[in-house]
Amino acid sequence: MPDEITLSVYRGDKSGGQEVEYKVPIQTGMVVLDALHFIQAHDAPDLAVRWNCKAAHCGSCSAEINGSPKLLCKTRVDDYVGEVIHIRPMHSFPVIKDLVTDVSWNYEKLRQVPAFQPAIKAPFTLQQRDVDRIQEFRNCIECFLCQNICHVLRDHDAKDRYWGPRLMIRIAELEMHPLDTGDRLDLLKGAAGVGMCNITKCCTVVCPQGIDITDNGIIPLKERVADVYWDPLGGLVRKLHK
Amino acid sequence: MAQTAESLQPTKRKSHALPYWVEPTFTVVALGLFGLYTLWLVFFQSSGQFHNYLSPFFSPTESWGIKVLPAIWVLWSPLLFRATCYYYRKEIYRGFFHDPVSCAVPESRKYYFGETRFPFSWTNLHRWFWYVAVIVLVFLWIDAVQAFIFNGHFGIGLGSIIMLINVGLLTAYTFSCHAFRHLIGGGSQKFSCSDGRPTTRYKWWNRVSAWNEHHGTYAWISMFFVWFTDVYIRLLMNGVIHDVRFF
Repeated sequence: MPDEITLSVYRGDKSGGQEVEYKVPIQTGMVVLDALHFIQAHDAPDLAVRWNCKAAHCGSCSAEINGSPKLLCKTRVDDYVGEVIHIRPMHSFPVIKDLVTDVSWNYEKLRQVPAFQPAIKAPFTLQQRDVDRIQEFRNCIECFLCQNICHVLRDHDAKDRYWGPRLMIRIAELEMHPLDTGDRLDLLKGAAGVGMCNITKCCTVVCPQGIDITDNGIIPLKERVADVYWDPLGGLVRKLHK
Repeated sequence: MAQTAESLQPTKRKSHALPYWVEPTFTVVALGLFGLYTLWLVFFQSSGQFHNYLSPFFSPTESWGIKVLPAIWVLWSPLLFRATCYYYRKEIYRGFFHDPVSCAVPESRKYYFGETRFPFSWTNLHRWFWYVAVIVLVFLWIDAVQAFIFNGHFGIGLGSIIMLINVGLLTAYTFSCHAFRHLIGGGSQKFSCSDGRPTTRYKWWNRVSAWNEHHGTYAWISMFFVWFTDVYIRLLMNGVIHDVRFF
């Protein structure tokens, strides 16, 4: 293994920027975030990078490494021996400075999702099997890599027509809760735009938590929308069943 | 709104990873050839029967007085079932529409409406095509049983085994479907009875969820096997090969 590796890091702000190269000595077990910290300590103290736990739990250090959305703290430097590591900010969100992007749009949309509406007052006693599905979604660390890779947001910037995989998972978490009485299907079909997703599964591919976003979240939501808007026979059966 | 940074085309990471264009190219070639073969059957072939072996492209043979080309009578429902399948949709959007061709690879198309407008909004009818596909599957099981009956007696030929495997794979594909997973239990809020025991719907949903993980594999294998079964029966019909009879 060579002694050092070259990192080409995006430097810039909302008005534009470019990549700047830095040489970093390789250490055993080093991750890309470590290399950026080395650059901050020795070459560029003004390099902006958002991070917090350095353990793939906080979801702060999302960026694009050689074109692929990844967590900086979970990506080992020795995976890139023999090549230059290009590090850029997430493409789908506006740059604030260097590798830091403005992801506030996601939080704005999260606030627009109708909250949990329990059928009974807390505390609840629930069977584990009833909450297994939604606990998978609760693993989300809000790194927004799924939002970044989603081609609807990334290539078409259709934030006004689709809220993205993270928001779909949030809605699925509420819709599938055994005690929730809320109805978010009109929202899903309308403003949240579940129909804009064409289930190409890139969100699932990049999720560092391994959440099966498409198969367990978005497709079941599409089917729930189909229950109401595309299946009058199924609706009649459900009505009779009640 | 502030500007976003330009992105790079993703590079392949692992030494065994294939370039991003391999999967969509395979999809276009495989589905394209299958489509051409199907068109050839529809317009140039009127039958797919060799003694007790019946090609899956021509089952059921009974048309109940409806005047239409034999293959079209059969094929519309399985083809629409596959075309609206959640797994194939992913492959079709990537391979044929480049929406996107692969993750993080920039798209060239400017306009995108997803599945909100015709014809793609009709993919929401997937469950209806599933219902019809199940009916077709019943006929294919009857054909598979008949493939073991030679002149009124039980027997096993290579064709019998091929037809049995074929209908088995089609059953696996049909019942691992996302829409079926939803219908069997995924649409429920609760999976427990009031006494805490699991509901029957939960048990089925759990089982179908396990099958569903392999839905893509079943999709490809069953498609190729349907193709292979028809080719085998067609070669028998034309006397190119002879069926192997085990007893």
